[in-house]
Amino acid sequence: MSAVMEGRADGPTLRQRLAARGIDGATLLVLPCVALILGLFIYPFLYGLMLSFEPKDGSLFGNYARFFSEPFLYGTIFKTLRLAFPVTLLNLLIAIPIAFRVRLLRRQRLLTTLLVLPITLGTVLVAEGMLFYFGPQGWFNRSLMAVGLLSTPVSVLNGYWGVFISLVLTGFPFTFLLTLSYVSGIDPSLENAAATLGAGPAARFREVFLPLLVPGLAITFCLSFVQAYSVLPSAVLVGDPANVTRVISIAAYQAAFEEYDYSMASAIAMIMGAVQLLVVVAVLGCRSLFYRGPAAGAKG
Amino acid sequence: MTVGSTTFKQLHLQGVRREFDAFTALKGLDLTVERGEFIALLGPSGCGKTTALNCIAGLLPVSGGRIMLDDRRVDVLRPEERGFGMVFQNYALFPHMTVRKNIGFGLRMRGVPKPELEKRVDAALAAVRLESQAQKLPGQLSGGQQQRVAIARAIVVEPPLVLMDEPLSNLDAKLRLEMRQEIRRIHQSLGSTTIYVTHDQEEALSLADRIVVLRDGAIRQVGTPAELYALPAHLDVADFMGFRNRVDGELVGMEGENALLDIEGTVIRGRMRTAPAGGAAAGKAAVAAIRPDDLEPTGTADGIPVRVEAVEYRGRGFHGVGVTASGTELHFASPHPLERGAAIRLGADAGRVLVFGDAR
Repeated sequence: MSAVMEGRADGPTLRQRLAARGIDGATLLVLPCVALILGLFIYPFLYGLMLSFEPKDGSLFGNYARFFSEPFLYGTIFKTLRLAFPVTLLNLLIAIPIAFRVRLLRRQRLLTTLLVLPITLGTVLVAEGMLFYFGPQGWFNRSLMAVGLLSTPVSVLNGYWGVFISLVLTGFPFTFLLTLSYVSGIDPSLENAAATLGAGPAARFREVFLPLLVPGLAITFCLSFVQAYSVLPSAVLVGDPANVTRVISIAAYQAAFEEYDYSMASAIAMIMGAVQLLVVVAVLGCRSLFYRGPAAGAKG
Repeated sequence: MTVGSTTFKQLHLQGVRREFDAFTALKGLDLTVERGEFIALLGPSGCGKTTALNCIAGLLPVSGGRIMLDDRRVDVLRPEERGFGMVFQNYALFPHMTVRKNIGFGLRMRGVPKPELEKRVDAALAAVRLESQAQKLPGQLSGGQQQRVAIARAIVVEPPLVLMDEPLSNLDAKLRLEMRQEIRRIHQSLGSTTIYVTHDQEEALSLADRIVVLRDGAIRQVGTPAELYALPAHLDVADFMGFRNRVDGELVGMEGENALLDIEGTVIRGRMRTAPAGGAAAGKAAVAAIRPDDLEPTGTADGIPVRVEAVEYRGRGFHGVGVTASGTELHFASPHPLERGAAIRLGADAGRVLVFGDAR
């Protein structure tokens, strides 16, 4: 109390000084969230990190040494990258033109609802559906054989392309919705201005839209990539989990639940996180080369 | 194939229509604009003035009618093929380009070689007095500076026609006055043709060679600022031109050009602008429109009796609000302060009172 009184005489009170730095009563509301992050993310992460340095053989880096010496293990990094990278890129490349078209539609809600469905269904259900659709007796093979394009059923599943298609199906809606929000965030009068200045559609995209979209697209790429990189169910269900689609999460799964080596599993999870982080940092690093302010033509 | 940088003698709008689903925003606009003219499209919001401008720019396709540049049809061209310059209400500056890049954009799209481009951008920067801001991004500029960049960007390509969509509406009052002079100066120094959309009658009066008053998607009146100011052709145009007082009355007869109107028992004289349906016979209803500045206390037994409701000090004089016996509010000017509640009589010169028999 005396401090407050003193504060009144000399200048701003403690409360006022804290408020000036953006700290007030409402700041306390952040605490539950901090507790949640600490308990459910930071603590398990640190626990896993510590665990990964306590391998069965007793050496500090035993797990990491083993991972990077066995092709069967370190190969999973590249097998997963070979899936996640092209899938993310393809999703983004399809999403951009569609988002440009959809931004002008009046019934956007219906379309976005339809697109959200695959997200809510989850990867397992999509993989199940693919098993039937692309199976020997499925619509895909039967209709292609009916038109005479095929004589015997082809097997799309149980390999690279099965997982690829499944990742495109489940990843696209997410990528698209993010892209759409970035595309619609660009003030339409900028396009009109460019048009009246003599820029055709291609020039408008190249000179106005693309530079303003790049930062958003980079974020979209990162989020979609991280999602694709952690693929597990479809790699098992519609892929070839012993060979081409032996992704890094399968390796972690096997270490944990087949070899019961939690320490090794933690090490693999850490390596997986490091790879994702590396890609994200690289992409966001490139992003800083571009303009990153508001995508509107004037101050508010 | 661009029209750009070619000159023309006349721009014709011929029955230009624009529909949005069931709503007709433009009901067949006919207008001829001479080269070098400064035309203001004036009207309240929703009157179709911005729609008209967007149709001319090519940002909205017309639903009917034609837009001709002399004998070339331009309404079928895409905006980038028309080569008109446009200044947008929110400026629409490219936020990721410097001021210099923004201004040079149109020239670059036209494939103007670099040395000439630089020279013309420098000249445009000088014309809007922004040389020192050339390397800044639009977000780092003030509203007035952004506005000048938008103008420079539109005029640097020397378009045959400059379209401006309420370019001053986002600026504060002082800056608005400065930019008004700037716009007029640039228009004159370039000898360009300008179509300027505004809802501000003062802006239209001070800038334009001719004013086109729009209402509900149709032209109500076209004329010079002086014509429109003194003799608006319709009651709603008069409303826009500052005839704030509208008083209902009854025609009692004519006296040459002037109509005699009975307003709550007092007869006042005014110029007949529109006759009532079926002719100006005695007994027909009509409306008198008077500017507050023209309505003054008479100090005699003539004039409309009112009770003074409020008086405001306005520097040069006083602005009063009076209420007639029937409850109609009248705004008037007074050289002296008045007591609230005082009973006075208000009158105006016959030449300053307009009588509309057709109150549409």
